[in-house]
Order: sequence, then structure tokens, then C-alpha cells
Amino acid sequence: MPIDPSAWSRRRLLKTSAAVGAGLAMPHVLIRSAWAQDQAFCNNPSGDTVTLGFNVPQSGPYADEGADELRAFQLAVKHLNGEGDGGMMNTLQPSSLKGNGILGKKVAYVTGDTQTKSDAARASAKRMIEADKAIMISGGSSSGVAIAVQSLCQDMGVMFMAGLTHSNDTTGKDKRRYGFRHFFNAYMSGQALGPVLAEEYGKDRRAYHLTADYTWGWTQEESIKNATEGLGWETVEAVRTPLGAGDFSQYLTPVLNSGADVLILNHYGGDMVNSLRQAVTQFDMRSKQVGGKDFQIVVPLFSELMAQGAGEAVKGILGTANWDWKLDNEASKVFAKSFGEEYGSPPSQAAHTCYVQTLLYANAVETAGTFYPPEVIKALEGFEFDGMGNGPTLYRAEDHQCFKDVLVVRGKQEPTNQFDLMEIVKVVPRDQATYDPSIFGGELGPYEVKGCAA
Amino acid sequence: MDAIILQILNGLDKGGAYALIALGLTLIFGTLGVVNFAHGALFMLGAFCAVTFAKLLTISERVRDESVTFFEAYKEVPYLEIWYGDTGRAIVEWAVPLSIIMAIPVMLLIGFAMERGLIRFFYKRSHAEQILVTFGLAIVLQEIVKHFFGANPIPLTAPSALAGSADIGQWFGMTNISYPMWRIIYFLFSLLVIAAVFAFLQLTTFGMVVRAGMADRETVGLLGINIGRKFTIVFGIAAVVAGLAGVMYTPILAPNYHLGMDFLVLSFVVVVVGGMGSLGGAVVAGFLLGILQSFASMTEVKAIVPGIDQIIIYLVAVVVLLVRPRGLMGRKGVMEA
Repeated sequence: MPIDPSAWSRRRLLKTSAAVGAGLAMPHVLIRSAWAQDQAFCNNPSGDTVTLGFNVPQSGPYADEGADELRAFQLAVKHLNGEGDGGMMNTLQPSSLKGNGILGKKVAYVTGDTQTKSDAARASAKRMIEADKAIMISGGSSSGVAIAVQSLCQDMGVMFMAGLTHSNDTTGKDKRRYGFRHFFNAYMSGQALGPVLAEEYGKDRRAYHLTADYTWGWTQEESIKNATEGLGWETVEAVRTPLGAGDFSQYLTPVLNSGADVLILNHYGGDMVNSLRQAVTQFDMRSKQVGGKDFQIVVPLFSELMAQGAGEAVKGILGTANWDWKLDNEASKVFAKSFGEEYGSPPSQAAHTCYVQTLLYANAVETAGTFYPPEVIKALEGFEFDGMGNGPTLYRAEDHQCFKDVLVVRGKQEPTNQFDLMEIVKVVPRDQATYDPSIFGGELGPYEVKGCAA
Repeated sequence: MDAIILQILNGLDKGGAYALIALGLTLIFGTLGVVNFAHGALFMLGAFCAVTFAKLLTISERVRDESVTFFEAYKEVPYLEIWYGDTGRAIVEWAVPLSIIMAIPVMLLIGFAMERGLIRFFYKRSHAEQILVTFGLAIVLQEIVKHFFGANPIPLTAPSALAGSADIGQWFGMTNISYPMWRIIYFLFSLLVIAAVFAFLQLTTFGMVVRAGMADRETVGLLGINIGRKFTIVFGIAAVVAGLAGVMYTPILAPNYHLGMDFLVLSFVVVVVGGMGSLGGAVVAGFLLGILQSFASMTEVKAIVPGIDQIIIYLVAVVVLLVRPRGLMGRKGVMEA
């Protein structure tokens, strides 16, 4: 058979394919940055699922909160995947959520136990990022833990949607580009609570602080001290107690004889349940009088879960909360119903913030149209939204802190049922809780990081 | 002055718990020669006897809670309350003191089982091996409790008649001294238990044999006395003492599975300070360290040495070990070789 001269020689084939290859490659060079963001960032989901990592305290003094946070995460995943009644997916405004997962990928999740310890939390976050390929980490209930995990996430190029963390430092001096906080902070608690305290207890009071000895306790003590001293109160003493101390009696015994007439418990979770129960039911402090004034106890950061644990002891105690299921707005009602039907109890504020964070992350990804963190971060920065239970809310771009109304609450004297433990005394408008981001310092850091892909 | 009296009172109730645990530890070390790191777990098991008892009393019926409207909610109403009304409610309220009745036989059995089932195989082994095996046992017991009761503390309340605080100042014609009632009761209870143990050892034949055994096990054995069986009973008694300490501690501090470990280390320091093998030393050192710890938490003291409240007990232990290794009331030669 004669050889066809027009047939391709091997050499010509090579030449042509090289040229065609180069030509085909051209557009890719031009859109290289878009191409890169689909490939070269940490845990870019390749299959038809996307994995979120929920890092909550399943043991330690904040374990109750952690358990409720986990329930909320599971509900959020369910709603994102289009199962159940959709909850606050239906109320978020503006929303890009579609109810078919995130960017069409079904949402899966893994969990870790922070044990309320920074090192354990970092280890479990690292495991979820490296072994389980989590694209986002959420969770909290201790600011010490949140700050530690947030900085790890920045290094690894994975977004951190903080759960319950109330220290000023989380979005203050320790803020990070990859970290976002929906929960309010100690400064806002002080601003909201101060005027109510003055109204209820007068301007001539002497306060005694017991403070959990870590970042959250310190910033809360400082914030409440500043707010109350601004009103004319005097601070008699501020005593640091170890986290998870259990028996606080040796710190409580000196209080009544110190001349103070208000005890401020900068404790949270199990610590707060113990110290408040001991102060009220064992030391009987609320029935005492000092200098002709009724002795008062204030718990600046309060939650229904803690109210449940402390039982009778919470009655009449003032504090602040980020959210409460009894709030009279559509989103809160929808969420409380959805959560209540699923788990048989209304959601705590810890559960609420974790649910909201998960939805906000998913919404930001849908808006950005990519999982590429820098784009998702930009979609969240300055995002103004409503319909998540707190009224109009702003995710401030400068420090990644949410600004919204703050609740002043009080342990209810006559509960109508087992869940009706706190009443809302006042909804303090967002403007009063807003502050200049520069007062706490700190740097967000870069959008682009080498991350775990490097 | 008031502040000092209050801190002493505070030290006494803590000290009561330390003393009771340390007493059992010393009994076991003195008789069996075993360093029992599972003793904190026995304290924890005692606390959970109270929890279990309270749970048994409050076995409840799920009743639809009509006051919650936006989802189907249920509340639990104890059967005791449904059947007996106020009497039932009173029984539930007195659950903690009543659970002592259950705790004594249960702790005795646990003690026997532990000694016969595991500890006795380690009499002839080195202290290091005893520590390892009992520490392991403590972790196993802890995880079992965690499995059944969860990781969270379970609050129990004292009967309302004994809750609140007592105005002790008035009893002695002083003002401004009031202290939680249940903590005073705890202190008195610990004195009672300690007195009972000492009376048992000093006044009964059984106690005499045990004391003789503590002094010279071999000779007592040569006299034809089954010292092994006696020591099993001693182990049971030590378990009961730790268990009762745990039961009565529950209204003071909501117990969780980790409770034992928190007390174990402290109690060992108590034993070391008091003197290994000295029962009186354990009791005295228990109260002494409780009071010291209480004083170290005072703001005035913390202002001078920050953080002293966290380390005071270990500081004392270091000093005692350096200056007087046999402890305050330890016999010459014990742990001094």
C-alpha cells in the first residue's frame, strides 16, 4: 500500500500537537487566577459533598453549651440540604441560599471535642482540616479556645465562623482575616447592662467581681468595671478564679464582709452554675443586706442553659444575652419552632449563634459563587442582613464583628413552664452597642495565605 | 476577725472531705501496703450513689406540657409525687441524706470486689506497679460513670430545711458570720465518721487485730489469725468512708465523672503531709490543708503572692518532704529509707 504524502508524519504530528496544545493552554493562562482558586486552596471540595467541621466542647465546664451548639449545627446542615422545614433559610434577607446544599454540593460535617482546652481544640480542628478535609471550622463556647482555633485557621487558610465567644479579644486584638463572630462581646454587654443596673440598683453601689481567669473573664471584668464605674459605682475587689474550679466557697466567703453590696460573677457555663448556686442557695447572699441596701448579684453574660442548671438561684438575676427564643420577631419564632420540634426544647443563644453562622457562611459562598476563602470573606465583610432573629445586623468589615441589638435579661420570678426561665427586660438598640474598632487594636492580616495546600 | 473565722469554717468543710478520703487511703496503705490511686474514684462512686438514688426516686412519667404552645413539649413528673403527693415530694427532697442507706452496702460491695478481684494480686508487687494498676482502675471506673451519666455535672440539692446559711455569729454573740448550713453539716458529719472509724479500731477486737496487723502483719499471721480476710473488710470500710464523703458532698458541688481525680491528688498530699500510715496524721493534715487552702484564696494573701491559692498545698508538701519526709505524725522509718 503506497504511503499517502498528505498523511501526517510523526514529526509533523508532534509539531502540530505542540502548537495546538500551546493554543489551548492560552485561555487558561489568561484566566489563571480563576482557575487557581478552583484548585489551589485548602480543602477545595472536589466530590459532590462539602465538609464542615464543628468543634465544640463535649466535656469540661462548657459541655452543656457545646451539646446545644452541636444540635444547632446538625439542624443547620439539615436545612442547608433542603431537609426539614428550612428554619431561618426562609427568613434571611438578602439570601442566596437555594436549599440544595452549598453550590449544589451536599453538606456533610465532622465534629471534634474541644474539651474547653485550647490545645485540645487546636488538635481537633487540625484533624478536621487535614484528615477530614473540612472547608470551614465553626464552634466555640470558650474565647480562649476560639482565639486559639481562629489563629490556626488563619494559618491554614480555612475560614473560622466563631460560635459562642464573648471576649473582646476575639474580634479585637486577636482578630483574624479568616475569623468571623456573630455573637456579641463583653464591651457590648457592659454598654447595655450599665444603664439598667443604675436604674434598678442606684448609682451608689460597691461591686465585688469574681472572674474566670482567662481572656473572656478579663475582658468582661474590664468592660463591666468601666461601665459601672462610669455610673458612679465603686469596685471593691476583683478576684480571679481558676476555670472549672467547681467549689467557689473560698472565694465567696470574703464577699459579704468586704463592704460590697453587689457581686458580679464573670463566670460562664458550669462555673457560673456552680458559683451562682453556691452564692444564692448556700451562702444565702440574696437575702442579705449591706449598709441598708439589698445585696444583689449580677451575671453579665447569661443563658437559658445556665438558668436551667442553676434552677431557683437565677430568679431576679440581671444579665445580658445575644438572643432569646422568646423574642417577638418572625425569624426567632420560626427558628424556635424548628429547633423545638426537632429536639423537644427551645434553642439556647449558643445554639442560635452557631446555626446563624453556618447559614451565613453558606450564604456567603453562594453569593461569591466559589468556596475560595478570600472571595467568601469579601462577601461577608460589610454584609448587612436581617431575618436571623436579631433584627438588622451588620458584619463589620473592619473587625469581622456583628452589630445588632443587645438584650438585657432577668431570671424570671414566676416561670410559666420549664423553658420559661428568663424574661427580656430591655432590647438595647444596636447604635448604643456600636464602638470604634480601633479601641481594641489588632490586625486582620492577609486575604491570601499559603494555607494547608502549600 | 470575721473574715478569718469564715475562712477557717471554709477550710473545715473542705478539710472534712480531704480527711475522710485520706483516712481511707491511710487505712489501706497501713494494712495492705497498697498505694491505692483508685481511692478518689471511690469518692466519686459515692457521689454517684447519691445521684443514682435521686434518679431512682425521681423516675418520672412524661406529661405533655400544655404551657408550651409552639412545639410539643413534655415535662417529667416523678411517680412518687403522683402517688404520694407532698409526702412523695418530701422524700425526693431528702434524697441526698437518704441515699446514705443505699451507699453503705453498695460501697462495701464495691470495696470487696475491688480488693478480691484486683488489688490482692498486687500485694507482693512494687509500689510503682500498684500505682499503675490502681490508676488504671480509676480511669476505667471514671469512663464507666461517664458512659452512664454523661460528662456534665449533675446538680443535687440539700433538703430545703438544711439549705441556705446559718447565722453562726449569733450563736456565739458575734455579728456578721453566717455560713452555709449544709457545709457545717458536712463538717460535723465528717467528724462523726472519723470518730466512728477510730472507735471501731480502738474499741473492738476486730479493730485490735487490724491495728496489730498494721504494726506487724507477719507475726499476727503466725498467730493463726486470717489476716487476709480482715484486711478485705478493712478495704471495704475504707471504700465506705470515701463513698459517704462523696454522698454528702453532692449538694456542695455538683458531681461529674472527674470529681475523684480532682480530690485524689490533694488527698495524697494530705496523706504524705500527715505521714504515711498514720491515721491521726491523715485527719489532722486533712483539716490543716483545707484551712490553709482557704486562707491562701483570700485577696489579701493573693495580693502578696499571686496564684498562691493554686499551689499552696503542693508547696506545703514540698516543704514537708524536704524537712520531715515521714510527715507530721508518721512513724519513724516509714518512707524515710
